[in-house]
Amino acid sequence: MEEGSIRMEINILQTQEEQENELLQKNIILTSFDTVLKWARSNSLWPLSSGLACCAIEMMSAAAARFDLSRFGYEVFRASPRQADLLIVAGTLTWAMAGPLKRLYEQMPEPKYVIAMGSCANSGGPFADSYSVVPGVDKIIPVDVYIPGCPPRPEALIHGMLELKRKIKHPEAARRKI
Amino acid sequence: MVKTETYTLNMGPQHPSTHGVLQVVLELDGELVIQAIPHMGYLHRGIEKLAESRTYTQFIPYTDRLDYVSSMGNNWGYCLAVEKLMGITVPERAEYLRIIMTELNRMASHLIFMGSLAIDLGASTGMMFGFRARERILDLFDMTCGARQTYNYIRFGGVSVDIPPQFIPELKRFLADFPAMLTEYHELLTGNEILYHRLKGTGVITAERALEIGLTGPALRASGVDYDIRKVEPYGIYDRFDFNVPLGTVGDCWDRYIGRMEEMKQSASIVAQALEQMPEGEVMAKIPKVIKPPVGDVYHSIENPRGELGFYIVSDGSTKPYRIHVRRPSFINLQVLNETCQGLLIGDVVAVLATLDSLMGEVDC
Amino acid sequence: MSNLDINEVLLALQAAYGEAIQLIGEGSQAALLIAPDQMLDVFGVLKTNEFYQFNMLRNLTAVDYLEYMEIVYHLYSLPLRHSITIKVRCTMEELTIPSVTKIWPSANFQEREIYDLLGVNFTGHPDLRRILMPEEFTEHPLRKTYNFVGNTGEKR
Repeated sequence: MEEGSIRMEINILQTQEEQENELLQKNIILTSFDTVLKWARSNSLWPLSSGLACCAIEMMSAAAARFDLSRFGYEVFRASPRQADLLIVAGTLTWAMAGPLKRLYEQMPEPKYVIAMGSCANSGGPFADSYSVVPGVDKIIPVDVYIPGCPPRPEALIHGMLELKRKIKHPEAARRKI
Repeated sequence: MVKTETYTLNMGPQHPSTHGVLQVVLELDGELVIQAIPHMGYLHRGIEKLAESRTYTQFIPYTDRLDYVSSMGNNWGYCLAVEKLMGITVPERAEYLRIIMTELNRMASHLIFMGSLAIDLGASTGMMFGFRARERILDLFDMTCGARQTYNYIRFGGVSVDIPPQFIPELKRFLADFPAMLTEYHELLTGNEILYHRLKGTGVITAERALEIGLTGPALRASGVDYDIRKVEPYGIYDRFDFNVPLGTVGDCWDRYIGRMEEMKQSASIVAQALEQMPEGEVMAKIPKVIKPPVGDVYHSIENPRGELGFYIVSDGSTKPYRIHVRRPSFINLQVLNETCQGLLIGDVVAVLATLDSLMGEVDC
Repeated sequence: MSNLDINEVLLALQAAYGEAIQLIGEGSQAALLIAPDQMLDVFGVLKTNEFYQFNMLRNLTAVDYLEYMEIVYHLYSLPLRHSITIKVRCTMEELTIPSVTKIWPSANFQEREIYDLLGVNFTGHPDLRRILMPEEFTEHPLRKTYNFVGNTGEKR
């Protein structure tokens, strides 16, 4: 009888511990600092309004009412590079504009990301063999995501930005072992 | 001794209000502008040199990318010049389709003008309204030729493909909705006192100076000069339609703004008339498989939403052009920027740039 | 759409300027070829004379024909609604042409573009410098002799 009553007390103590664990789990999130930062950065990328040519109009359409970048948190286009963390190069890059673009990239604070939008930014596009066109933005600055198209539809731009979000959240998925 | 100096401010190639990569170097005395010198070339892609190593048909997509907001017009201007050189006649249905597409594109281009004017002057929701209406026009283009912005639709001898069956009901729905949309925009923008005071009396260009400096398009008509190529030298079948050309009186930003809003209404009327008159038939004439125009040169210009777009083509009898020169309206319209901005405030420079409506793809070619 | 008979213009101008005016091309491609030294006088006549009244310079461009450079002017008269094409030639050794900015100020940017891309000097231009290529660029890209190895490897 005494053994039984001691066992019952130990059982009651255990369920009390479980109850407290349950309370903790419901109200406190235990995670790493890194994960929180990645979650915050990927869900609120602030693009720099740096449209160069035709793709800029599709970028503006993506930010407008129908395709609505705002549902992802990305609608805050900043005019100054000091306040932005995403550079969307939308359009053809010429050698004349390469200097200013590099300066814009360098003025952005870390961590910063670059999306090359459209075939002109990817590789020069239809103007690749022209005397004044840089054959791809990655000759000047490092690029994270390439979006093909001429111009890419706003849905393609959104897909590209969501891929960037995935890359920020899981950087190990983007590193390939060569 | 107190000495004052002017202050040089760079409105650099990356700027939300310069409509692309235009650099305007402002010399200021306090906040008054003394000089506003535009520097171009940041989007110079060498299209005229590329033309010499492409065939005539391969060059049509490049014309799309000149004035990338009114690509149908660019295609048409180029095709008209080559058809004039080769003596090709276009079937009736294709002519009507060309006019419907180009006038719809004129409306889309002016909606972008309205949207960017609103956001440049601070009314950022204006851009949402402009782009929302434009999406309906882009749906129509998308269902016809598959592209939203650079169409490559108008080809030598006609158009590339006939409209699908759901095009006409959708277009009729859009034309029925458009007057109400336009009234809404007028209530929001034209009725806004702040917009009125910012645009009225700003950036006046007199009619004589506008003609001298080579201004064309809605900016010239806002100064009171009646020069619209669709009326003066009708191309295609424009002489069959009944439409007005809005003229301004003073030549300030307000007149340029109201003129373009009125042109949208007139374009909708042209599209409605074309829909009624359009016959059945072929959409592409019989043209040779390989385009080899005879030796010679030709210049043809059309009325694009930004002004007179002209193509000068020199042919040496081979499949590739010897020289193509594009007379770009935005490029020549920018000549007036410096003298118009003198004595204005910096905010007014933005208004003048927005109402001159230059597009950098066309300025730099 | 010009209802102006170019042969009549030719005869009228030849009466005043002689052999400096010639007719080249035929039909819709007919144009008047004017010698560079008489150019400004003839243009003045074309602009102010009541039968011509060419008050708009629609297009100003140049073509590189390897032995010579041909500058093409497309003029339009808004009151009388007719148009005409004028061509002026200069040799590749002496690439100098008088500027028409005093007659039609709309030639300003277009002459700068021809100077930038083709290397023709326009005497009397208020501000002749490059407009599309950067200032430090030394070549004239639109010339037929300008060859560059394209970024995709082939020579143009």
